[in-house]
Amino acid sequence: MTIISELARWAIPFILFFVPLYGYLHKVPVYETFVEGAENGFKTAIKIIPFLIGMLVSIKVFVDSGALDMLINLLRPLFLAMDWNPDLLGIIPLAVMRPLSGSGALGVATELIHQYGPDSFIGRLASTLQGSTDTTFFVLAVYFGSVGIKKHRYALKVGLLADAVGLIASIWIVSRVFG
Amino acid sequence: MVNLIWLVMLICGIIVAALNGNIDQVTASALQASELGVEVAIELMGVMSLWLGIMHIAEKAGLIRHLARISAPVVRKLFPSLRADSPAFGPIVMNLCANILGLGNAATPFGLKAMQELQKENPDQETASPAMITFLALNTSCITIIPATIIAVRMKAGSANPVEIIGTTVFATGCAMASAIIADVLFRKRNGL
Repeated sequence: MTIISELARWAIPFILFFVPLYGYLHKVPVYETFVEGAENGFKTAIKIIPFLIGMLVSIKVFVDSGALDMLINLLRPLFLAMDWNPDLLGIIPLAVMRPLSGSGALGVATELIHQYGPDSFIGRLASTLQGSTDTTFFVLAVYFGSVGIKKHRYALKVGLLADAVGLIASIWIVSRVFG
Repeated sequence: MVNLIWLVMLICGIIVAALNGNIDQVTASALQASELGVEVAIELMGVMSLWLGIMHIAEKAGLIRHLARISAPVVRKLFPSLRADSPAFGPIVMNLCANILGLGNAATPFGLKAMQELQKENPDQETASPAMITFLALNTSCITIIPATIIAVRMKAGSANPVEIIGTTVFATGCAMASAIIADVLFRKRNGL
């Protein structure tokens, strides 16, 4: 417990300590080099704005309008028909939200953890699911957008497939370990 | 496929809002989301500049080259279309390291930098290259050993053991990553790339 959280606390300070010092010892003009590199961050951040707005508008309208809740309600009978653990119903909002929006998913996960308790089945499953898989839509839109790629080919399929496997693996392992 | 999903989410949202007599929500959400897009980018601007600045030092000092060389045997196998000395390997490895450590906001700058490098070697500037898709597949499914944010949430919620989910997360992300790699290879073969 302490080792992991300590590692997380020290990771960034360590990089900020080590890289500039290593650079200086290797005769790199550290400050000037830093500024040169940082300039690119500025340009890239501006470039991704249209893609961010495009994705966010569509996702937010979908979620706020109640369409997401409707989709979740449609999935409910499927879960019941498959005779799965009814506790799993609680995880549907997070499973649907996870590939769409990172901050949205974190919000849903936090709500679930508080609602069911962090050490409940749903609480542990929500934690595992939130820790795994990234927001596929978002990464795709922003990463491809930043370099002007318009045809994504099979990228979305691979991403969503991995999300689905992550979901199934999360349910299986949490049931197994804590069930 | 992205075009269709984008459209379906937007249209479904508007129709559901209209049916629920909640049409004002559409206007409010669309405007809020646009502002949020700029806010996210501005926030990202600071973090991106910080990490790209640090990375530039690491690059000039030869650190990135070392890192790329150490991880080469594994990473190169995943990107058969890239030259062995491709400058994209540095940021790709940095991005994966940041993801593994759960440093989400440090991962994005390296990821975007990697995309820029991959785009330089891409023959068709409008179509995703196989290497780009492999990178995105790894990036969105990457194994995580320190899910720092969710541990903090669990701590605040009063969990008896906030870090007990690390094992399950490593397992689930491991499965997701393995399936992403396999799916990527299969799709690549099917498309004759």
